[in-house]
Amino acid sequence: MIPAPFDYLAPESVEEVLAALAESGDDAKVLAGGQSLLPVLRLRLNAPEKIIDIGRIPALREIHEDGEYLAIGAMATHDDVLHNALVTEHALLLHKTLVEVADPQIRHRGTVGGALVHADPAGDLGAAALALDAELVIAGPGGATRTVAAKDFFVDIFETAVQDGELLTQIRIPKHTGWRAHYEKFVRVAHQWAIVAVAATVRMDGGTISEARVALTNMGSTPVRAASVERALVGKPATDDGVREAATLAAEGTSPPSDLNGDAAYRKHLAGVLTRRAVLAAAGE
Amino acid sequence: MTATDERPAEQAHEIGTSRTRKEDQHLITGHSTWVDNMVLPGMVHLAILRSPMAHAKITSIDASGARKYPGVVAAFTGADFADTQGNLPCAWPVTPDMVNPGAPSLAVEQVNFAGDAVAVVAARTKAEAVDALESIEVEYDPLPPVLDLEAALADGSTLVHPNTTSNKCYTWVFDSADAGSGASMDDARRDAEVTVTRRFIQQRLSPSYMEPRSTLVQPVDQGVTIWSSTQIPHILRTMLALTLGIPEHKVRAIAPDVGGGFGGKITITPEEVITTLVARRLGKPAKYTETRSETLEAAHHGRAQIQDITITAKQDGTVTGLDVHLTADLGAYLRLITPGIPLLGAFMYPGIYKFPAYHLSCDGVFTTKVPTDAYRGAGRPEATFAIERIMDELAAELKMDPLALRRKNWIAHEEFPFTTVAGLTYDTGNYEAATDKAVELVGWEDLRAEQARRREAKDPVQLGLGVSTFTEMCGIAPSRVLGSLSFGSGGWENASIRMLPTGKVEVVTGISPHGQGHETGFSQIVADRLGIPFDDIEIIHGDTQSSPKGLDTYGSRSLSVGGIAVVKAVDKVIEKARRVAAHMLEASQDDLEFEAGSFSVKGAPGSSVSLPEIAFAVFVAHDLPDGMEPSLNSEATYDPVNFSFPHGTHLCATEVDTETGRVKILKYACVDDVGTPINPLLIDGQVHGGLAQGIAQALYEEAVYDDAGNLVTGTFVDYTLPAAPDLPNFLTDRTVTPSTDNPLGVKGVGEAGTIASTPAVVNAIVDALRPLGINNIQMPCTPERVWRAIQSSGANDQGSAAASTQEHFDSTEGDAQ
Repeated sequence: MIPAPFDYLAPESVEEVLAALAESGDDAKVLAGGQSLLPVLRLRLNAPEKIIDIGRIPALREIHEDGEYLAIGAMATHDDVLHNALVTEHALLLHKTLVEVADPQIRHRGTVGGALVHADPAGDLGAAALALDAELVIAGPGGATRTVAAKDFFVDIFETAVQDGELLTQIRIPKHTGWRAHYEKFVRVAHQWAIVAVAATVRMDGGTISEARVALTNMGSTPVRAASVERALVGKPATDDGVREAATLAAEGTSPPSDLNGDAAYRKHLAGVLTRRAVLAAAGE
Repeated sequence: MTATDERPAEQAHEIGTSRTRKEDQHLITGHSTWVDNMVLPGMVHLAILRSPMAHAKITSIDASGARKYPGVVAAFTGADFADTQGNLPCAWPVTPDMVNPGAPSLAVEQVNFAGDAVAVVAARTKAEAVDALESIEVEYDPLPPVLDLEAALADGSTLVHPNTTSNKCYTWVFDSADAGSGASMDDARRDAEVTVTRRFIQQRLSPSYMEPRSTLVQPVDQGVTIWSSTQIPHILRTMLALTLGIPEHKVRAIAPDVGGGFGGKITITPEEVITTLVARRLGKPAKYTETRSETLEAAHHGRAQIQDITITAKQDGTVTGLDVHLTADLGAYLRLITPGIPLLGAFMYPGIYKFPAYHLSCDGVFTTKVPTDAYRGAGRPEATFAIERIMDELAAELKMDPLALRRKNWIAHEEFPFTTVAGLTYDTGNYEAATDKAVELVGWEDLRAEQARRREAKDPVQLGLGVSTFTEMCGIAPSRVLGSLSFGSGGWENASIRMLPTGKVEVVTGISPHGQGHETGFSQIVADRLGIPFDDIEIIHGDTQSSPKGLDTYGSRSLSVGGIAVVKAVDKVIEKARRVAAHMLEASQDDLEFEAGSFSVKGAPGSSVSLPEIAFAVFVAHDLPDGMEPSLNSEATYDPVNFSFPHGTHLCATEVDTETGRVKILKYACVDDVGTPINPLLIDGQVHGGLAQGIAQALYEEAVYDDAGNLVTGTFVDYTLPAAPDLPNFLTDRTVTPSTDNPLGVKGVGEAGTIASTPAVVNAIVDALRPLGINNIQMPCTPERVWRAIQSSGANDQGSAAASTQEHFDSTEGDAQ
């Protein structure tokens, strides 16, 4: 469990990170919280020549309001975000999702930005980002930034819109103030990656769902937005019968993996059941 | 159970007190000595290159690249040690014609499982050793993997080992008619009014001790000192000497702090031999510590059996016969007791029941997977699973309550001692008392009512109740019995007591603790027996130099064998002290009584002398009885007269989510009878850990290989080890039926929880789903497996499973509940 040798840099500003990335090309990996990268290195599944540790840049850890948005620094830890009152108020789904991420030790080291850029399809945060229509701020060579919508951010398994030489710096979430939310995660043991999970957030009008956002974890090579479920839920009562039919649409168009925890057909079945439960739990929050 | 460190003021009774563990002071404050933390001057670090292929000829291997790598001291392949490494020992030739194809520590010509060691690098740092592995070039000529047990036995199967003619290692048979312990199984089958047959699969499990295995070897004189994370330093010493031809008196083996074992460290490992070979070749201390992935892919696995079991009975539920055929996956090589693991269970299939007839046969089979060997319970969890599952199946067939069926067939408390159809004599037990208490503890009747309510309501989350009324044979073992089974060792244990001049006591034991709390438990026994304060007692273990004679720790033997050796040695000390006391008090030995650490003359309360006073008198030796050797020190070697037979009743209530297949344990209660409790806190600890591992087999763990013979579960991401959040609150209690086979009345407890719990969980799951016609689910009972079982039962669209449950339930007889 010893990584292959690598050079280590610990820049103290985003500008220095970008300069180092520009110099290194694709031989460098950015180290955020290290909760995914370190196991990868230790198991020697990857052996980058250079590790650029971005853990010494306080600005990347800030969480603040920005008009109609919440701005979360890419290096905010899961625990920072989980316990942030602004997040609970304006992006409850993110809070509910983070409760289910791994365990307290990992949540204290792992970062929201690191998890999103790692883009493990079984990772929890992608679905929440997608359902909340998050926007990802990416800094590029020379310091120029661009903003990518979550739906365009996830490209493939372990692949995002962040290109060589770029750095994710901030996650911007349109405020979903007053929306209820739930993350229904299905695992065999608590510390496991999601077999399937469903992120759901709803705006209620009395007992009726007036708007819904639903996204799925580990139902394909990227997080998947269940748009047809969202449409079908509008105007439905938040009851088992009211939600059941819409939830059956969850697996539409998905191509989940088959592995030790279940084959694709089982996952598609789970997606339906878990979507119903997620929406009902969200509405009942 | 509330822990207390307070000694009762008046009469000291350590035995029965829930003392916290004296060893925890150093274990939890960072003062422990793990092998991997040890550093010796000039020490090299080893890394081992392992085969990526399950089965292949090594056509070429070149380690010269590694030798050029910075920091590398040496690199060796199997060829470098082919003449000196010998074969890893197998101490249990279970039949005269058992085939042992040999087990080199470093593969020379052929690899037989993915993870087989092929080369070793010694470097100044561990990092350099690991880096240099990548410079070793190996060419393999692949052979077909041998993975399926039944295919491996078929004519024309690829042979795992080219020097054999079959993949069958042995066939071992027990027949009660032949043994004279019971009737003929053939007759039982012929006369059966009811016959139930099932096939159960015991999946492969990986013993997941907290500390990975680690070995440090220092060449000394003409021999070695070996520190190893092992359960068996004494056996390691002897076996290493025999394997490598080092004179035994030149080998010192030390097990320092050892972080768990669960059977996984009862073997002589390839890595121990390789480290010794390298250290001796280089004349430098050498250390090897495995990674967790190496534990999973190269340390031995447990279980891995196919169980074909048939039970015969009368219509009234009286059992008449039990017929078992085992196909045991031995893996690629025979480790220390690989072939004997199924035999440790072979005598336990009849369980607590009065079977008139019993037959068991077992085929041991070689495959291209990691060798199997002991894992907590070793053979007995498999046996208990099979009998407790088939009892539930018989109950269902007869439409009897599973508890009623057990009550009808178990040995009643007044029938002990009882000799079973397998030839074992159980000394004591009270299955009625344990069961009654467990039924009360779990709230059985309320749970049955809740189950009925959920069936009635067509609740998507159904409830099932599972029973396991188990016993096990442990306290390994009477030497003559081991001899009759061709085991390569006795089963005694040794202890000695050293009385120090200041009245303090050193207790030397041949038991080798690795987390159990022996230092605490043994101190309590000695404190009561000698009347010496608990804190004045030191337990010495785990080093063949300071603890020269022992057979180590496994098979729940530490207390019921090792603890009794301590008692015998203590009693010898008291007898020696009595002679000195008589001399000091000018009284006859016969007039002395020994109580609370002092001798006094009966009827003369003023005159007494304490053991510390006697110890000092013996130390100065100024005035001892004529001819008395100036020493109170004593040694005893105790060979148990019988196995130990703890028993208990475990009851489990599981929720089964019919929509997802997920199983959740709602309630788990167990009442264990481990005889006289020495330290209830330690007992609870053993039971809790045991339950976790037994439940893990039922629900979570499996070592999985793909079609090419690669281990898929190579990290804890895929080998799903449960942790505290995955397990229920355990409701534990005890009944106390002292053993009559030893002076403390104790029975083993180390394996009980693991042995008992697995069938309780699976019985509960099947019970929840039996109305759907489901009568088995393969372990681990993953959500997908449970869901598929529900689907194939015909309840195939979501939501209707519960409805079907109700329909099936309604159509069965009312007494099926």
